[in-house]
Amino acid sequence: MSENETAGEIIICQDVCKWFGDFQALKDCSLRVKAQEVVVIIGPSGSGKSTFIRCINRLEEHQAGDIIVDGIPLTRDVRNIEQIRSETGMVFQQFNLFPHLTVLENITLAPIQVRKMKKEEAQDTAMSLLNRVGIPEQADKHPGQLSGGQQQRVAIARSLAMSPKIMLFDEPTSALDPEMIKEVLDVMQELAESGMTMLVVTHEMGFAREVADRIVFMDAGEIVEVGTPEHFFTNAQHDRTKLFLSQIL
Amino acid sequence: MTSASDAQTDRSVLPITERYTLIGWLRRNLFSDAFNSILTLVALVFLFFVARNLLRWAFATAEWGVIPANFNLIMRGQYPATEAWRLWLVIYLLGAVVGVTWRLISGQFSGVARLLLTIPFFLMLIPFFSMGTRLNLFITAVASAAGYYIEGYLPIQRRGRAAVYFILAYLVIMLLLLRGFGADDGPMPPVSPILWGGLLLSLLLAFFGITLSFPLGVALALGRQSHLPAIRVMSVIYIEFIRGVPLISLLFMGQVMLQLFLPDGFPLVDRVLRALVAITLFSAAYTAENVRGGLQSIPRGQYEAAQALGLSAYQSTINIILPQALRAVIPVLVGQFISLFKDTTLVALVGIFDLLGIARTILANPDWLGTHQEVYAIIAVLFWIFSYSMSYASRRLERRLGVGVR
Repeated sequence: MSENETAGEIIICQDVCKWFGDFQALKDCSLRVKAQEVVVIIGPSGSGKSTFIRCINRLEEHQAGDIIVDGIPLTRDVRNIEQIRSETGMVFQQFNLFPHLTVLENITLAPIQVRKMKKEEAQDTAMSLLNRVGIPEQADKHPGQLSGGQQQRVAIARSLAMSPKIMLFDEPTSALDPEMIKEVLDVMQELAESGMTMLVVTHEMGFAREVADRIVFMDAGEIVEVGTPEHFFTNAQHDRTKLFLSQIL
Repeated sequence: MTSASDAQTDRSVLPITERYTLIGWLRRNLFSDAFNSILTLVALVFLFFVARNLLRWAFATAEWGVIPANFNLIMRGQYPATEAWRLWLVIYLLGAVVGVTWRLISGQFSGVARLLLTIPFFLMLIPFFSMGTRLNLFITAVASAAGYYIEGYLPIQRRGRAAVYFILAYLVIMLLLLRGFGADDGPMPPVSPILWGGLLLSLLLAFFGITLSFPLGVALALGRQSHLPAIRVMSVIYIEFIRGVPLISLLFMGQVMLQLFLPDGFPLVDRVLRALVAITLFSAAYTAENVRGGLQSIPRGQYEAAQALGLSAYQSTINIILPQALRAVIPVLVGQFISLFKDTTLVALVGIFDLLGIARTILANPDWLGTHQEVYAIIAVLFWIFSYSMSYASRRLERRLGVGVR
């Protein structure tokens, strides 16, 4: 544990494998993420990107290999899983806000229930987070009354309310109308600059180039190539990476 | 439905002389062509004869005297007349509960609540009521108003909790008043549920059947979705067994077999309670299936978001899943509760004097031979009033909860 922390590595994945029935979704995926690092995962659809980050907070269960988050090994032990989940925020493609609660209630629910925070304190935190993502005036609305971009920003605020050490983003802008993508990416960029450790699955190459410390390319369940943005966009090594980049750029 | 909306869109384009006139409406909706005109005329002739015969029966043939003469029996069965004041006290307090609830949700509910408050005054108009009954109804209205104003003095953030405590206290007080306690010659002698009857008993059976079967049904629905095989299998067996058996046979089983299941030395459960147990167990299985439908309508993303935030399974079920699932099934559940209310009439077959049972005893009385039509008509009207109120209230509730639904 101390060894990991001195190395500053907050997420360690070693030879992670995952099968859906006969189909192997992840093949020996290994990745180490340092604290405050922003890692962007790209790759064609069906390449296992989402599955990989969903393994990190156990929304999917990996069947072989080790995952250690902030020194806590991810095992079947429910206490470990709950601890990792409360330190790891996640933002989903479909926002997954709770439609029956107001924006403010969406954000304060987990701090009150899980962290046993006082209601007033949780609401103060929530309001300052809504200020941070730029929509304090929407606090008393229901999610259905907001635009997609606003909903996604609420979802980010909801995750941040748990003061996570790590944020996982699973295609956060893929369900958004084009004009709303920027407002979400701006919030994510601000978050990255504030020193949050982030693991982002996205197709936004501009964001990857500008914000990422490292880019991971996945294909067919494997991590094919890892490198800095310059390396990736100027000097990719593998044919599969070159093919993918040529298709999307 | 479509013709109504068509008519509405038509209005905006029709020349002004054609708008809003009765003739224009009739022509568009009832006499648009020859075939529709014939249909309209045939229907009118049919309705005329039905209405004429019905009215002739209601105002000329029917002997309504049977209703006032047996009114107390219809309302409260064999509940002793000397203890009837306890029932009025229960009704006063019910008025107060309505007042408190009205204040709590006024705004969205005020129209309905105003209607509720006028009910006692309308009832006071019923010709054969004694002055005492009218006075009691008036006190009920006063209690409603008092509940409304007293709740209004509380700070807004305390009102919800105060109302819940008041309603819970009401349930306890209601049971104490109905059942009585202490010695037989004391101030509040016990009245065995065997003596409860009529509308009183029908409403109580329905009310407790609903409130007891609801939590049991929700628990069974969750059990059926559980990851623990033992709980899942037990829930499935229970639900499928109960749903495969008619209520009447459960009622008979309750009467003759319930005592066998209870431990030795358990005090004898009275007839009414045995029926209530059967009704509750029956209704719970149906509630479970309806709630399961709601649970299945919740997208997986909701579970995942709750998990990702670190909520435990219990916390996410209580805060995220159930509120959405139950809201989705309100119409189905209310429909089920209305049919439960009507199904309570089956207890008449196991010798309990609910509304229908009382009707049978009245008709068996030589003084009132041959008054079947009048008695059954009144029983039907009473059931309709309560069933329709439930369905109306549920529509209001749906609309009120509709805010912010996806």
